[in-house]
Amino acid sequence: MNVALATSGPAAASAHAVHARLRGVTRMFSGKLSVHALGPLDLDLQCGEFFSVVGPSGCGKSTLMDLIAGLSPPTEGTITFEGKPVAGDVPDGIGAVFQEDASFPWLTVRDNIAFGLRRAGFDVAEIARRVDYVIGFMGLREFATAYPAQLSGGMRQRVCIARTLVLEPRLILLDEPFGALDQQTRLLMGDEVLRLWRETGATVMLITHALDEAAMLSDRVGVMSARPGRFIDVITTGWPRERDSNIVADPAFGVVTARLWSLLRGESMKAIGARGA
Amino acid sequence: MSRQAAIGWTRVAVIVGFLAALEILCRMKVINPLTLIPPSEMAMALWGLFVSGKIWDDIAQTFSTVALAFVFSVTVGFALGALIHALPRVRRAVDPLLASYYSIPFFVFYPLLIALFGLNTVPLIVIGFVFATAAMVISTLNGLDRVPRVMTKTARILRLSPAQAVMQVTLPSAAPYLFTGLKLALAYSFIGVIAGEFILSGGGLGFSIAYAYNEFDNQTMYALMMFVLVIATVMNGALHVWEQRLLKRRTRA
Amino acid sequence: MTTQPPAWLTLGGRAFDGVVILALFVAVWQGLYAYAGDAAITSPLATLAYASSLVQTANFWANADATLLAFFYSLVISIVLGVALGLVLGARRFAGDVAEPMLVALYTVPKVTLYPLILLIFGLGLSAKVAFGVIHGVIPIVLFTLNAVKNINPVLLRTARVMRLTPWQTVSTVLAPAVMPELITGVRVGFSLTMLGVLIGEMFASQRGLGFLIINGISLHNVRMTTAVILIVVTFAIVANGLLLWVDKRMYRGAAGV
Repeated sequence: MNVALATSGPAAASAHAVHARLRGVTRMFSGKLSVHALGPLDLDLQCGEFFSVVGPSGCGKSTLMDLIAGLSPPTEGTITFEGKPVAGDVPDGIGAVFQEDASFPWLTVRDNIAFGLRRAGFDVAEIARRVDYVIGFMGLREFATAYPAQLSGGMRQRVCIARTLVLEPRLILLDEPFGALDQQTRLLMGDEVLRLWRETGATVMLITHALDEAAMLSDRVGVMSARPGRFIDVITTGWPRERDSNIVADPAFGVVTARLWSLLRGESMKAIGARGA
Repeated sequence: MSRQAAIGWTRVAVIVGFLAALEILCRMKVINPLTLIPPSEMAMALWGLFVSGKIWDDIAQTFSTVALAFVFSVTVGFALGALIHALPRVRRAVDPLLASYYSIPFFVFYPLLIALFGLNTVPLIVIGFVFATAAMVISTLNGLDRVPRVMTKTARILRLSPAQAVMQVTLPSAAPYLFTGLKLALAYSFIGVIAGEFILSGGGLGFSIAYAYNEFDNQTMYALMMFVLVIATVMNGALHVWEQRLLKRRTRA
Repeated sequence: MTTQPPAWLTLGGRAFDGVVILALFVAVWQGLYAYAGDAAITSPLATLAYASSLVQTANFWANADATLLAFFYSLVISIVLGVALGLVLGARRFAGDVAEPMLVALYTVPKVTLYPLILLIFGLGLSAKVAFGVIHGVIPIVLFTLNAVKNINPVLLRTARVMRLTPWQTVSTVLAPAVMPELITGVRVGFSLTMLGVLIGEMFASQRGLGFLIINGISLHNVRMTTAVILIVVTFAIVANGLLLWVDKRMYRGAAGV
């Protein structure tokens, strides 16, 4: 594990082999119409694993991430992170990258990345050290003084990832972060995510609608049903820790992807049917 | 020549051409000199007003009135906008009012305001304020609406306190729209005050224009009219340029 | 499993809120009356009573008709001129780009500074009032039309060509509906501003009309008259704008994706 980005990674987290746990979690939305968005579902997120969630549109994948991050409270059930309950407040040690561009257009790349550190009150030298390291790590050195508006979509997402990494989170949540990018860029970004996963030793949960991406990147893939989303199955890929996008050559990759689709096909049709009805 | 430059020069040409045409038509007496005087005479008369010092009191009064109306409207407008934004029920009730706000001819309230507050600058400040505040409220609501949800989520993930989230994320994100509100508030304050001075009050640039009109003093009248037009354009133009510079880094090239 | 939406979202809830706002407004009015007395303003009840008797007098309607006539002329001229100019400037990109900031600048300048000029050109009377109305109302109509045309999605034009529509069909079935929503919004804004211009014109350049009644009321210290006419004018403005808003919203409901 890289010393410069020392997280309390596996060391502290191994005190809890299960990093985050959901039991009987449901989420309902009230308002003009009441919506049963998610659950009930159970999940054990293992420390240091790369876990993906796939499912048809509208099944509640993003809602699941919001719940784990503490961005919204569950209607029923319990969520714990590192042994402590989560509800409505974001616990320390969680980082998140979203599908939409969340880089702050009024700050330079460097200031964007340093943002969280400054608010958290780290001292100037530590901020400079971490920011410099992450800028190098994410390949943003040339653009450190540029503004997000001058960068491509992929670069902006890298800035968002950098901003998250610099806080050394133990659990990294990614909600379709590459959804707005083209396929080739997605594959390259996938490799980058694997790299940072290995180097930080953090637990990673990736939400994606791309089956191949889930199959390629993850240790385990949770397959969700159509709304209200529940886990139909959790598939273990068995990949080695040192992997990258070349895994597509492995015959097992095709098997995993095929299995995911066979589980999802029916659910996806339900999701479309439900919307067309 | 780049397209931007061509556009700029065309504008200059249009304005210069228009002024030149006016000048010629006036000098040739095609336009009745009792109706309109040549632009050059307007400029000379204006210069004369500056030299003789007659204009300074008016400028002081009008500008101070506008400044007060502007400052009040921006602060109250922003505060109200933020408050309404935070209370969805109030917003629902108030939205139709805001949509109809500028259909109300506020100038009809002038006489009432004078009866209430007397023939001083207070009715003018009130009218300028009333005119400008709604624009600031609407712009604030607009700006806060358009803060992308992902920004607010990011602020929470970064564990900012509510105050920090507002100051460091929400406001900078909404800044362009707030600036628009500022521009509109200034323009409307100015319009409200000048119109009020013209119609009813005893002082300021607007009043002097009306007075000159009634005294058949075309020189002074047109000098002042030209001054107000130029000042309004320069003020709004300056704000516009400042806005472009502030936002240059933020917008997609 | 469904739950009831919050009470304030229902139609009944919103009507209730509307009544609350109205009550608040009347309360403030009553408060002002208590503070300033009959010399400045009349109470809500007295105003309502006087206004209802006023609208039965011939004198009132003589003035109202003068206002409505001037308003009608200004509106027609503003719309015709505004839409025509807007179409041209929207279609001719260069001209539009040159003109738009200039129009916006004109819009933010106090038009009251042009009043003496208009009076000198048109004299006192109907044509001056109409001119006032037009200078206030025409610019927003131009700007909205200009932007509507400028923002016509090129995809629509390509689709019309692929479907081999005639020019007239293209305009009537594709382009006109595409610009209609913004055009209506422009007309709505222009409507209010035109009325404002006409009223202001009447306030100091006419011996007839509702604006004149207001100013006249002040100089004759007829506070009841002034307050009542103001109430009538403001009510008309709000109701008319509300109707136009409703039309405006219906247009957008039909427009895809808005």
